[in-house]
Amino acid sequence: MGAVHVMWLRQIKRYWRSRARMIGMLGQPVLFLLALGFGLGPIFQAAGQGDFISFLSPGIVAMTVLFSAMFSGIEVIWDKQFGFLKETLVAPVSREKIMLGRTLGGATVAMAQGIIVLLITVLIGFRPTWALIIPALLFMFAIAFLFTSFGIAIASKLEDMQAFPLIMNFIIMPIFFLSGALFPLDNIPSILEIITRFNPLTYGVDGLRGALTGVSHLGFALDAGVIVALCAIVFMLGSYLFSKVEI
Amino acid sequence: MPDKNIIEVNNLVKKFGNLVAVDKISFSVKAGEMFAFLGPNGAGKTTTIKMLTTLLSPTSGEIKVNGFDPTKEKHETRNSFGIVFQDPSLDNELTAYENLDFHGNLYHVEAKLRKERIDYLLRFVGLWDRKDDYVKNFSGGMKRRLEIARGLIHHPKILFLDEPTLGLDPQTRNYMWDYIKRLNKSEKMTVFFTTHYMQEAEQYADRIAIIDHGKIVKQGNLRELKAATKTKSLEAAFLKLTGKEIREEQGNVKDRMRITQRAWGRG
Repeated sequence: MGAVHVMWLRQIKRYWRSRARMIGMLGQPVLFLLALGFGLGPIFQAAGQGDFISFLSPGIVAMTVLFSAMFSGIEVIWDKQFGFLKETLVAPVSREKIMLGRTLGGATVAMAQGIIVLLITVLIGFRPTWALIIPALLFMFAIAFLFTSFGIAIASKLEDMQAFPLIMNFIIMPIFFLSGALFPLDNIPSILEIITRFNPLTYGVDGLRGALTGVSHLGFALDAGVIVALCAIVFMLGSYLFSKVEI
Repeated sequence: MPDKNIIEVNNLVKKFGNLVAVDKISFSVKAGEMFAFLGPNGAGKTTTIKMLTTLLSPTSGEIKVNGFDPTKEKHETRNSFGIVFQDPSLDNELTAYENLDFHGNLYHVEAKLRKERIDYLLRFVGLWDRKDDYVKNFSGGMKRRLEIARGLIHHPKILFLDEPTLGLDPQTRNYMWDYIKRLNKSEKMTVFFTTHYMQEAEQYADRIAIIDHGKIVKQGNLRELKAATKTKSLEAAFLKLTGKEIREEQGNVKDRMRITQRAWGRG
């Protein structure tokens, strides 16, 4: 347990010490929440879909977790560049343990950011059903774990940060925009429906929204099943790629 | 086991694309000896160390480290050595103490002993007063000292030191080598080191190998090297064997090539 614990602790310390980044990363979700929530709210309501803030808030929480988790995972590239990765790679500890510690650390940080944004949504007027807060937190953690592993898997194959805009614009953004975080999934064009069905975040957002508001599009069981299965698969893939890293 | 080989390398080759960084080298290091691996910049020293320490897989050839094959028995190999890298490998966002404690944890040094050794080593490298400062505020020399201290927290069978004294003042260098020599004697720790300071190799190495352009050009003890080159000092022998031309920093070019290749998935 030692190695997993120190890897985890390192992530937490780094997070806690870089408050500027912590606050900086809250800017985007809050902006989305205010601009879209209040901007599109009246139209949403007029279309008979109910309160947009209620609909949007779980999506924005999921977005926060997604971004934060992916960034944590991709941080492996920084460790490569600053040399710290070598220190962990030659240690007599299995790379699976190192991967697990990092993933849990990144996921914890992403969860923390998600919870902060959830509290902000409540301040703005979101009223979640607190009864299902435990399943909601579990969904958040699953999203966090999945995308931290995914970030590490990507970072394992890259040598420096040059590919970062590529990852941002062709992986993270599409995952967010095409997930149902911003719009309801019913009555959407079938091509969009197919894409969203292949997007892991769709299940995470739907499950989280189901837990927080009681309205789920795909059903709790499917959401939970897909996201847990993906956590396992992507974690194994990440472990494999990470174990192949050469410096 | 006085004459047992703890490191054995046979016909080791490493290619990056068309570039042959290490070209069919063979050598062995005896258990308990201090072995200097010398060569100009870009000769293949660091690449060889990376292969010995499981960070790179060889193109061909055989390696045995403490009886284990670093390509197959990675975990057992990693359990056998400690290393001080040539380039920085500290976490800048952690304090000096935390960096050492992290290392001690990863290397399973039991809590009480860990604290004892960290306290001792921080004083030893003159960083005790700065133990709670973030490493990002340290100068190059301080970081170097901290990395050396870190490499000595656990006492491995084999210690790799890749240009450990680069950028250190003579006081610290002497101090550090004496300590390593003591560990070498008291713990029977094998030391494999590279350096550009010839007097360090002259003074501390039991045997020396000189590598150039990826090939080992000469190996033996100091007396043998001087005799073979008809020179009076290691520096003169080194220059005679490797020539006087100044080397490009080939390492950087190589690294860059590898980076480009990797980034495009062809590495």
